[in-house]
Amino acid sequence: MLNSPAHMHIPDGYLSPVTSLILFLLVLPFWYLGARRLSKRMNARNVPLIALMAAFSFIVMMFNVPLPGGTTGHAVAGALVAIILGPGVATIAISIALVIQAIFFGDGGILQIGANCFNMAVVLPYVAYGIYRLISINTPATSVRRVIGAAVGGWAGLSVAALAAAVEFGIQPLLWHTADGAPLYAPYPLSVAIPAMVIPHMLIASVIEGVIAAAVVLYLQRANVPMLELTQKPTAAVSATAPGRLRWLWIGLIALIIATPLGLLAPGTAWGEWGAGELANMGLGAVPQGMAALQGLWGAPLADYDIPALGNASLGYALSAVAGVALIVVLAFLFSRLLTGKRAQPAQRAQPADQE
Amino acid sequence: MSEIAAADQPPVPASMPAPAQAKRRNGVIERTLADISHTMGHTLFSEDIARQPGLLQSLDPRVKVISMLALLIAVGLSRNLAVIAGLYGVTLALAWRSAIPVGFFIKRVWLFLPFFTGVIALPALFITPGPTLLLLPFGLVITRTGAMSALFLLLRVSTSVSMAALLTFSTPWNDVLKALGVLRMPEAVILIFGMTYRYIYLLLNTANDMFLSRKSRVVGRLTGADQRRMIGATAGVLLGKSLHLSSEVYLAMQSRGFRGHARAPSVASFNMRRRDWGAFVVVAIVTVSAIWLGQ
Repeated sequence: MLNSPAHMHIPDGYLSPVTSLILFLLVLPFWYLGARRLSKRMNARNVPLIALMAAFSFIVMMFNVPLPGGTTGHAVAGALVAIILGPGVATIAISIALVIQAIFFGDGGILQIGANCFNMAVVLPYVAYGIYRLISINTPATSVRRVIGAAVGGWAGLSVAALAAAVEFGIQPLLWHTADGAPLYAPYPLSVAIPAMVIPHMLIASVIEGVIAAAVVLYLQRANVPMLELTQKPTAAVSATAPGRLRWLWIGLIALIIATPLGLLAPGTAWGEWGAGELANMGLGAVPQGMAALQGLWGAPLADYDIPALGNASLGYALSAVAGVALIVVLAFLFSRLLTGKRAQPAQRAQPADQE
Repeated sequence: MSEIAAADQPPVPASMPAPAQAKRRNGVIERTLADISHTMGHTLFSEDIARQPGLLQSLDPRVKVISMLALLIAVGLSRNLAVIAGLYGVTLALAWRSAIPVGFFIKRVWLFLPFFTGVIALPALFITPGPTLLLLPFGLVITRTGAMSALFLLLRVSTSVSMAALLTFSTPWNDVLKALGVLRMPEAVILIFGMTYRYIYLLLNTANDMFLSRKSRVVGRLTGADQRRMIGATAGVLLGKSLHLSSEVYLAMQSRGFRGHARAPSVASFNMRRRDWGAFVVVAIVTVSAIWLGQ
């Protein structure tokens, strides 16, 4: 209720408790990751550091950021904290700020803490930091590419976070409704929720997120350059090798997974992937003989990307996507292990903030 | 209970946007200052109520934390409007018995709703397909399913917000923190939450001073670009100050014997009396029956 960015703090009642629980479980590994990165370097020192960074995040969310044209608004500041301190620390700091907002200020629902942390403390900082590093890689701290990276990173980070929230809203009416079809939670399908959430964010809130990140980077370049180098490895050039290129792949892959539910919007079936029945519907008189012969040869474990036990096609579709991607990643990992032997681990990307 | 409202300034609902006066001046400095003092005011106000004598204030914070979570889940799971409405009634009764001005309590929730949920619920009235409930001019049709889903959203959000507010209005923050120990939160986490909360107020004061001093030096109006530079610089300086402070705090903790072992404030000072157990049983019955009736 601190005039937070419109619609980013999800209140209780918008998502079913099941959705909230799943998102909460999704955030857990990121909390673990963030905590581990912190403790690796600073152990006891991290207690006051996290507390101060969380407090800082809380305060910055209160700053009014002016946009060209006269509008002002509040930033989430997830991009800013990620750029200065790394996404792992940002996840922890923003999460704590969000929990205090939810419990004490009624800003965002208490049962939705998992969902809000997922959108604003995981998706936002990781996307923002990834793009910032992509744009500014191998540049000195005072380079103008750092400023551009911060601006684009902040903008894209919050836009993707808004997309995540929109997908969370949009799957509600598909999954939970009364017997006569009245949605029980957020009422709009994906086709309405996504444009309604994402477009206004891209125009205003995401711009604010980019502006504050860029403005702080610009200021630090003039006044406090070492603070821009907190996330860098003290030794050796950062990511001189493969991970730099692999990163594109990972970012693309994650973007695709996030976009999976968009498939639910598309009418029809995938071009060229017709089954015999669909070919007949399209007006093809006879099914090619070879195809008819091959038809029952292979029964997919998740036919039509549905898990019958769930009794819900859309949920099955989404879970199928996740299961498919997980399977591919595991296979690819095993395969690369086989080829390259034991090493070939991607270097640690983000280092914990190195104090002093 | 209305003395609180009368004695101090009338309570400002936490949901209200920054005061209109600040808006008219149209400066980011003024607006940020208004938001900062608003946050401080909200805290003072709720800590004030938490120290009044009342029903919820007299209960063990652990019971309150568990009860709030259980009831929130019951509200979240219910597929029955009457059950949610009933639980909203329960929150009003509890507010009334706990020295929370009921008028303020209702207003706080329902003033906040139109800004957020109302805007979302309104179009749902019309665009959700279903049998017609009401015909409006201009060919607008309110559908029965649309009305149902809008009601679900409004009631669920307002009841949940009210329940969360009951906890914060009836329990000082330190007690809420200690009570989180029952949820098996690691002690280090509780310690960090406690410190964060404490430093939020320190940094609020610092930010307030920074903006005030800036305001006192600015004559006339800043251009947009200058304002952005100013906000960026303020945030950057504040971040630097926070980092610096964190290392000082660490040294101070170390000098007092902190060796990385977090010890959260102990819950030993809490003790469950008969009325706490009674409240616990009542809430358990209400929750179970609400979930059962709500199916």
